[in-house]
Amino acid sequence: MTEETANQGKNNADNQATGKLAVLADYIASVYGKVLIKQEIALGELSFTVRRDALHDLINFLKTNDKCACQQLVNISGADYPDRAERFDVVYNLLSLTHNHRVRVIVMVGEDETVDSVTDLYSGAGWYEREVWDLYGVPFKNHPDMRRILTDYGFEGHPLRKDFPLTGFVELRYDEEKQRIVQEPVELTQDYRNFDFISPWEGMTTVQLPGDEKAVKQKVGVK
Amino acid sequence: MTDIVPEKKNTYTINLGPQHPAAHGVLRLILEMDGEVIERADPHIGLLHRGTEKLIENKTYLQAIPYFDRLDYVGTMNQEHAFALAVEKLLKIEAPLRAQYIRVLFAELGRLLNHVLSITTGVLDIGGITPALWGFEERERMMEFYERVCGARLHANYFRPGGVHQDLPDGLLEDMAKFVENFKHFVDDTETLLTENRIFKQRMVDIGIVTKEEALDWSFSGPMLRASGVAWDLRKAQPYDVYDQMDFDVPVGKTGDCYARYLVRMEEMRQSCRIMEQAIEKMPEGLVLTDDHKISPPRRAEMKNSMEAMIHHFKLYTEGYHVPAGETYSVVEAPKGEFGVYLVSDGTNKPYRCHIRAPGFAHLQGLDFMSRGHMLADVVAIIGSLDIVFGEIDR
Repeated sequence: MTEETANQGKNNADNQATGKLAVLADYIASVYGKVLIKQEIALGELSFTVRRDALHDLINFLKTNDKCACQQLVNISGADYPDRAERFDVVYNLLSLTHNHRVRVIVMVGEDETVDSVTDLYSGAGWYEREVWDLYGVPFKNHPDMRRILTDYGFEGHPLRKDFPLTGFVELRYDEEKQRIVQEPVELTQDYRNFDFISPWEGMTTVQLPGDEKAVKQKVGVK
Repeated sequence: MTDIVPEKKNTYTINLGPQHPAAHGVLRLILEMDGEVIERADPHIGLLHRGTEKLIENKTYLQAIPYFDRLDYVGTMNQEHAFALAVEKLLKIEAPLRAQYIRVLFAELGRLLNHVLSITTGVLDIGGITPALWGFEERERMMEFYERVCGARLHANYFRPGGVHQDLPDGLLEDMAKFVENFKHFVDDTETLLTENRIFKQRMVDIGIVTKEEALDWSFSGPMLRASGVAWDLRKAQPYDVYDQMDFDVPVGKTGDCYARYLVRMEEMRQSCRIMEQAIEKMPEGLVLTDDHKISPPRRAEMKNSMEAMIHHFKLYTEGYHVPAGETYSVVEAPKGEFGVYLVSDGTNKPYRCHIRAPGFAHLQGLDFMSRGHMLADVVAIIGSLDIVFGEIDR
């Protein structure tokens, strides 16, 4: 088989899969249209942004409905967009083994707001929600065991937030005199080097030079 | 009606780890025990947390790849595969056919690397030393192939968005074909030691049973899911690269216990050998990395003569390439299960968010329900059969 025909076969399969997803998306939208903020099929993946109060309902529907049949919650991850009013995304990736499709459900959360836990629907959600709480500080309501999971005992802050510095705030070392581990504020011998590759040449932004794609670079940090 | 006074239970708590040879890394396990029976197991993880996801957010796409080697450091190329696929999806490019074959070949070698380690060290934990000695010899041979192709035995940094870094050196395919032939004998030999071994079966059969429903409910994947009787393999269900061109079977367990997981892994090694043989046989000629030099650096020889190649090289290794805004969740069937990368790009040269879905994370979470009612020594057997590596769990 040549490369071209192989790719063609793949494209056909992709188109079919996208068609199947579109049908599914329409079906879910017909039932839950009122609570959906956004519905999208991009890069062959289906994702819904849903209102926070309807999240538990929707996930329950996706799990129990025959046409969706998402038996598995694959993972939950967070994302931080500090410029938004509701700055956090909590992203649920669901998988249906019978229909072989994936559905992504996104819910937006503000800083002092909670999300309903889905541990009663999927036991596997327990640690994933703990992880989102640990790394982003999004609390989950009705979670049976809301503890930190990945960071150290007694850790303060939520490290994956964008306003948390890469180097953190404290560093550990073993103190020979005290014979124990001590925590101290981070001291860097060299400043953290963050090169700005984004800014186009100063003063040249209005002039389009041939071959200079930087001048039309899209805006950054906007989603 | 008489008041039923609950019998006062004399439970106590023990601490296993974080430095315990049977914990397969830095697992700290708080066990609530009634005599020698487990009432509750509470794994404390995060002792190897390095902030991989945060670091990736601060690195260019190319610089992010080595971090994936350091997740599950047993079969390293499989993780790179997931990230490479995710970036390729966002860039809307596809690797050349030869690169896809090479990636499948080495992903299956990674599966062998992983299963050899997982099975033999699992057996070591419950008292069998010989398989570990045999297995590590084979692993050394496999890592030699890693070394020949990329220069490193473990942390390969070989799969790149758009293909693989270098073409295969001369003679590698022939040597790999010979190795696969010999490796089958290793699998057979190991089976004679284990599969019908009475002591081994006493430690494995009916220990840590996971039903089909439980496996789905607890987000299990890979051999853990298949051993419980769910016929699900991403290489078949959602094929990536050239897995759809490969002929192989997906072994499915019946009982969902430690023994079934062992059997599934054993058979998977045979199937991996089959895939590797096909990949070696069908290996096409051609490019191994996309020739779009806005994404892949030019070859070194080219740089000596071409100014443009020089500029591309400089730009790619300082600024890196910009990835169009978008988000994707890309998965591969890693040896341990579904390894996924949820990648959000905002159009810059660095990922905005890169969440890593590690299979071991979900499996270790299941340790609590799997070990309840078992004896302390069984926990060791269960941990061995979970196939956990802390690099990927703690991230």
